[in-house]
Amino acid sequence: MLSLENIVQQFNQWLSEHFSATTVLWIQLTAVVLFAITLFALLGLALVLMERKVAAYMQIRLGPNRVGPKGMFQTVADTVKLVFKESLTPDGADKFLFNLAPFIVMIAAMLVLAPIAFAKGIQIWDINIGVLYITSVSSIAVIGILMAGWSSGNKYSLLGAMRSGAQIVSYELSAGLSIISIVILTGSLSVQDIINSQQNGWWIFKGHIPIIISFVIFIIAITAETNRAPFDMAEAESELTAGFHTEYSGMKFALFFLAEYINIFIGCALAVTLFLGGWMPFHIGTWAAFNHIMDYIPSSIWFFGKTIVLIFGLMWFRWTFPRLRIDQLLNLEWKYLLPISMVNLLVVTLMAILGWHF
Amino acid sequence: MIQEIGKTEQGDLIINMGPQHPATHGVLHLRVTLNGETIVKVEPHLGYIHRSIEKMCESLNYRQFIYSTSRMDYLSAHINNHACAMCVEKGLQVEIPPRAQYIRIIMDELTRLASHLLWWGAMAMDIGAFTPFFHSFRERETITDIMEETCGARLTMNYMVPGGVMVDIHPNFQKRVIDFIAQYKSKIHEYHELVTGNTIFINRMKGVGIISKEDAISFGCSGPVARATGLSCDVRKIFPYEIYDQLEFDEILETAGDSLARYTVRMKEMDQSIKIIEQLIHNIPEGEFQAKTKAVLKLPKGEFYTRAETARGEFGVYIVSEGGMTPYRIKFRSPGFSNLSALDHMARGAKIGDLIAMMGTLDLVIPDIDR
Repeated sequence: MLSLENIVQQFNQWLSEHFSATTVLWIQLTAVVLFAITLFALLGLALVLMERKVAAYMQIRLGPNRVGPKGMFQTVADTVKLVFKESLTPDGADKFLFNLAPFIVMIAAMLVLAPIAFAKGIQIWDINIGVLYITSVSSIAVIGILMAGWSSGNKYSLLGAMRSGAQIVSYELSAGLSIISIVILTGSLSVQDIINSQQNGWWIFKGHIPIIISFVIFIIAITAETNRAPFDMAEAESELTAGFHTEYSGMKFALFFLAEYINIFIGCALAVTLFLGGWMPFHIGTWAAFNHIMDYIPSSIWFFGKTIVLIFGLMWFRWTFPRLRIDQLLNLEWKYLLPISMVNLLVVTLMAILGWHF
Repeated sequence: MIQEIGKTEQGDLIINMGPQHPATHGVLHLRVTLNGETIVKVEPHLGYIHRSIEKMCESLNYRQFIYSTSRMDYLSAHINNHACAMCVEKGLQVEIPPRAQYIRIIMDELTRLASHLLWWGAMAMDIGAFTPFFHSFRERETITDIMEETCGARLTMNYMVPGGVMVDIHPNFQKRVIDFIAQYKSKIHEYHELVTGNTIFINRMKGVGIISKEDAISFGCSGPVARATGLSCDVRKIFPYEIYDQLEFDEILETAGDSLARYTVRMKEMDQSIKIIEQLIHNIPEGEFQAKTKAVLKLPKGEFYTRAETARGEFGVYIVSEGGMTPYRIKFRSPGFSNLSALDHMARGAKIGDLIAMMGTLDLVIPDIDR
């Protein structure tokens, strides 16, 4: 069966037959870097186009439909425009930090891609603390946002950055607690182990109501962490013009923009990995024939399919909900989501100890 | 160095919102003093779009000056024109043919609907929901098409002239208005599903920007802003003009005085406008659409004042005549100006996000504030 796993294995085999161990390592490293950068760019382009098409669908209009077939190359054209635009640095800005900030945000987003399993056997780095790694590295992005806001020398940017800092730091708590509830059930932090534990059923089906609650909280938290409406406080164009990236233009702005979409992808990919079985196909108990048919669908399609469904959900939120106010946003986290996740975590722990899950 | 600029002595941050800002819908400049996210003070700075329309009107004759008023509150162009035409008619003692009266009121109410629809979309956009804008523009587009067909313009319409209306209605007019009513009634539920019932929306609006009835009176608020406090101030009801006194419609009153009340008043007013149009559209009387007036209008010496209810509130026209071809002095009482003056009172102690929500529900049209 043609699958990404086979291709990678054959490539690896071919490499080890023809080159020495050190060269193989270097070639693999280069391949991974190229893969990551290509994936990064392609995801950015595809998700921006998807966002615009979804927005158009929600807003009873057509969306981009001129550049290429059905507007497919609209984002390519936009990227070309952004590359050629001048990247201004304001006079009042702290120039070093101002120019550094977009790269920090982008690098943080790129690093998080490492332990995510895109398909069966396709994972850049199977680290045994994968989930911990993802949560900790993704927190670096907030430093970039704070840096961008502070160094711009613009009050709107500063307010946006302050909001973003408060928001991301708060929502990481409930996102973390949701992740821990899965970690308790699987007993491992490794992404591979978490996916393998869902071979006979995804956690969202196996874990009863407490896991559904953590799933919903996790989705809310990643919406907030990626600064998306209804939690787009950091940008809030009607309040703060464009928040922390008001002063950015050209490619530096594009990096923020790209990082936002990569973060959405990562958030949804993580939700898929933890709750929806990653690349595992959908199986129903003892229906052997049905399960066999499901197994024929390549694992990469399962993974990307589930992720895109979740991304569509996030876009749906964005285009139909009004924005929360900053104090309501923090109230939601500290007064509702955090206590709920804590109680939920206790319930999940009890469930894991007593073995009540399937 | 950055820290020193734009701070008050108490260390509060001063932010200039506007004249170029996405939420001010024009060139309004708000000087906002902030303590963190909390608003200490809001000072509106006006004059960025001042065109001295009142002074210009003094050199235009009584037929001409009406056209410049379409450029003031451009979303209530017909109603502005209507008020001016009524003021001139008052001076000339002209009787308006019934057909013209019917057409005028239908046009006024269509304008009010178009304005409220635009407000609904823009307000939703202010609080971060983008999709409603497109939904409200779908309905507004139908109204602008009707306007285009009958008066030849889509935005700054000039249709009301002293003595009646400029031209007769287009043969399609009645059919298209009836179609629009059907369209509105079949789509309005989407508006309520998308925005009105949304918990986030209610949380953003409820208890935000409260103004009491007494304050509304002392700030001179009118229109939906004042009616949301429970102040009965609908000019169509208390000083009925044309045939408004023969029509059946309710003055919408709310008592909370907050942003949600202003929202509710406007939403219900749209239904009332539909009700008014429904009463008139099927039985527009035959006859003249314009009373016979002289080629050159001369108002007798004296002072004349009329008022009309625009989508934003009470619009007043005050003409001082010396008996010549042009007015000696013209003063417009614009609803937006008085409503804006209450913003500081409402906004103190609120958050930045609230300020945007308040401006959204005040429904400010900047060229109406700065004439």
